[in-house]
Amino acid sequence: MEELDGEPTVTLIPGVNSKKHQMCFDWGPGEMLVCETSFNKKEKSEVVPSCPFIYIIRKDVDVYSQVLRKLFNESHGIFVGLQRIEEELTGKSRKSQLVRVSKNYRSVIRACMEEMHQVAIAAKDPASGRQFSSQVSILSAMELIWNLCEILFIEVAPAGPLLLHLLDWVRLHVCEVDSLSADVLGSENPSKHESFWNLPGNTQTLTELELKWQHWHEECERYLQDCTFASNPHLESLCKIMLGDEAALLEQKELLSNWYHFLVTRLLYSNPTVKPIDLQYYAQSSLDLFLGGESSPEPLDNILMAAFEFDIHQVIKECSIALSNWWFVAHLTDLLDHCKLLQSHNLYFGSNMRECLLLEYASGLFAHPSLWQLGVDYFDYCPELGRVSLELHIERIPLNTEQKALKVLRICEQRQMTEQVRSICKILAMKAVRNNRLGSALSWSIRAKDAAFATLVSDRFLRDYCERGCFSDLDLIDNLGPAMMLSDRLTFLGKYREFHRVYGEKRFADAASLLLSLMTSQIAPRSFWMTLLTDALPLLEQKQVIFSAEQTYELMQCLEDLTSGRPVHGGPDTQQCQDDDIETTKVEMLRLALARNLARAIVREGSLEGF
Amino acid sequence: MFVARSIAADHKDLIHDVSFDFHGRRMATCSSDQSVKVWDKSESGDWHCTASWKTHSGSVWRVTWAHPEFGQVLASCSFDRTAAVWEEIVGESNDKLRGQSHWVKRTTLVDSRTSVTDVKFAPKHMGLMLATCSADGIVRIYEAPDVMNLSQWSLQHEISCKLSCSCISWNPSSSRAHSPMIAVGSDDSSPNAMAKVQIFEYNENTRKYAKAETLMTVTDPVHDIAFAPNLGRSFHILAIATKDVRIFTLKPVRKELTSSGGPTKFELHIVAQFDNHNSQVWRVSWNITGTVLASSGDDGCVRLWKANYMDNWKCTGILKGNGSPVNGSSQQGNSNPSLGSNIPSLQNSLNGSSAGRYFFPPLDSPRAGSRWSSSIQLLPPPPLPPLVEHSCDADTANLQYPHPRRRYLSRPLNPLPENEGV
Repeated sequence: MEELDGEPTVTLIPGVNSKKHQMCFDWGPGEMLVCETSFNKKEKSEVVPSCPFIYIIRKDVDVYSQVLRKLFNESHGIFVGLQRIEEELTGKSRKSQLVRVSKNYRSVIRACMEEMHQVAIAAKDPASGRQFSSQVSILSAMELIWNLCEILFIEVAPAGPLLLHLLDWVRLHVCEVDSLSADVLGSENPSKHESFWNLPGNTQTLTELELKWQHWHEECERYLQDCTFASNPHLESLCKIMLGDEAALLEQKELLSNWYHFLVTRLLYSNPTVKPIDLQYYAQSSLDLFLGGESSPEPLDNILMAAFEFDIHQVIKECSIALSNWWFVAHLTDLLDHCKLLQSHNLYFGSNMRECLLLEYASGLFAHPSLWQLGVDYFDYCPELGRVSLELHIERIPLNTEQKALKVLRICEQRQMTEQVRSICKILAMKAVRNNRLGSALSWSIRAKDAAFATLVSDRFLRDYCERGCFSDLDLIDNLGPAMMLSDRLTFLGKYREFHRVYGEKRFADAASLLLSLMTSQIAPRSFWMTLLTDALPLLEQKQVIFSAEQTYELMQCLEDLTSGRPVHGGPDTQQCQDDDIETTKVEMLRLALARNLARAIVREGSLEGF
Repeated sequence: MFVARSIAADHKDLIHDVSFDFHGRRMATCSSDQSVKVWDKSESGDWHCTASWKTHSGSVWRVTWAHPEFGQVLASCSFDRTAAVWEEIVGESNDKLRGQSHWVKRTTLVDSRTSVTDVKFAPKHMGLMLATCSADGIVRIYEAPDVMNLSQWSLQHEISCKLSCSCISWNPSSSRAHSPMIAVGSDDSSPNAMAKVQIFEYNENTRKYAKAETLMTVTDPVHDIAFAPNLGRSFHILAIATKDVRIFTLKPVRKELTSSGGPTKFELHIVAQFDNHNSQVWRVSWNITGTVLASSGDDGCVRLWKANYMDNWKCTGILKGNGSPVNGSSQQGNSNPSLGSNIPSLQNSLNGSSAGRYFFPPLDSPRAGSRWSSSIQLLPPPPLPPLVEHSCDADTANLQYPHPRRRYLSRPLNPLPENEGV
């Protein structure tokens, strides 16, 4: 999270010599392409890369970890729940809810860490074992940091309980301490110790506790001055420790695994009712004493120190620099924002920072073939740029299967992303046409409300019909419903198919008037009229009169319109001549059939009227 | 950032451009060996070259994909003074079995008298259009009116830029408030101090492109130019690769209602300028959300630039060659998960000497060193299908889509038996 002032991260590309060549590149939705090149085209490069490789660069390596998937999946649920926490909830109930959310996050980290630990033990080769166990350490560090932030920023423990929480914190994270606790955290006076810890929050006030503690402290000091334990150096050292003597504590440095362990131990014996505001001083001096100028603080030390200083921004910044993945900072920042800790009076860009980090995390999820679905919800909760980011990301999801396409469409439709819906349907329609799946192409273009494309596909259907004499995808065409109105050609396709159905059901009068109306209403394209007129032939040839005299006149007019508008063909093209011959025969047959039908219709209508 | 995979490109000469398709599942490469290659990503994540063919009779500078709404379409431009449009043909079961795809040339755009230096498809809301620019200083805009017939492209506009052109960028904004706009850069290196970036805007009334703006402050040769994705902003962001990386904002000045419909005027601001590449910058390109700009320069690095939540631009990442030769397989995969490990210091500090510092003691001490090199597993090379150089059929436009005006063969209905009827 380099934009928080960190140095840019350097990624080394093997086999590319940056001294001699440049790199060309391209962005993809989740990856980047990089390739060695030489941009100065004018000079013919004498050194052509011997082995030009194309490199696929990915942003967030953790997105691809199997174990971490669980972290992403489960924290997603917690995140969504947190966004729905009632805004009205105030005071204690709100705080306890936020603390519960924080604990949930931590338990997910912990579960993930344990699983990673198992994986590390089970790893077959030492290299991957090392890698997994280093991830265990990082997860452990995340939990350590989160826990401290929970105590200091979310729980906001006051003096007294604060040290209790810190003790739990150290206990939880320094596992070996548990077995050594008698030596270090306990005392040679277990009864005193026990009762001491049962005190706060029960019957005594903080002042009473402080008084008693002061009394006990003075007593210890007296023992020491009186050289009561002088005969036994171990006992003397213990007594010093109980007085919080730093030098005595540091003598046991190997038992104290780190400076914050030292810090809490020291506080326990020297200032158990430490106030939050004084933590900073103790933390800094503990760190200095513990490292003793031998080594310099490491990233984790800086993060914890920033927390003890109550510098939230610094904590997030240092974490962002130290951790390559965005999961931690995004979720922690979001939680702290819900605690109203990033509001304008604390950090003027606080909420912006929350959104910034969530956008980064969600974008990372979108690079993954399935985790992107989690990313959708994160974008939803980014008020400023979430929507437009989702639009840009979701249309890039590869639509390899129909199922996936429908999933993407549902997400877009739920959010009224009409342009994305249209575009996705159009892509699928185009793909279907290219593969000659006309039914699918038609239904996608209807869904895209793309009239031009629906016309194109309808034409393909009609052409197929003319070539093969039957329709494919009858289910679809028979059930177009109002979608038929999308384009004239689609209306015609639907109506023409209806004609065939009515005809098949032997409702000839209905079929006849439908056929005629297709031409007279100009729905049918001119190029199709001859087909329609030919379709009329068997109806004209029936024993029964189907077309009335008036209808027959109209049919005749259609035929004449069509034949008079035709250009006169000349030329020696034999194929053309043959086609023309067939055409002429057809017209003559039609004329004959129409005339005969007209005669019969007049007779029949006359006789009926005369009846 | 980490190197997930490397693929032997197998071009016989310098590669000039690499290009992802819209969904990032295909890529195209072009080279001085006059060919274009198309690569497809399999379900398992491996990349295979599925087509390789000679496209031009000179170096191929750029290759680019049309939006998938228009099908599988590529455009290329070359030193041979032409640009070409290619379409993938579906079918050919033999090819499919061999894992090969078949591309045909739909058109050759021969209007330029000099090397065609850039080719870019217009944003999809404008239809299937593309722009080329050439060393003769002319930007040409072509349109395919029938998206099912890509053999017909008409030259819609010729914009004279007076200077040898090196690069073009369409403004991607689809907002109704923004007219189509194209920015042109020139790498003319003659000593005159002329402005090297011009912006042209389409005028609905005159139906012509007119110059809207000239970036007077950019006087050194420009090698690449890129508008950022718009993100619903009212203003535009333009990145320029010249002797440094520059980022400009262009805020449209509200037009008077009475104005004669001339081009939009802009308030120009330079929001960032970086000379970290030390010398020439050759490429600039935005990620899909327009939040990160990548630039490539004479220092051999790709640098990533990002604005933080206070709008300060910073270099946030560097991709850099390590100079050592690569040996071994053609595809290297890195499937190992790794958490936060690109910062060895944290790892070391976490796994540090003091055992028991964490809940789980590390199983072993970590190794030092850069992580990709040690974590990449050398997979055996996958059995690649034989690479067949597809000779491309010239202009086989009607191969896939029969001509729409083709006459329908009418076929009568089955005649009814005489005795049936109403």
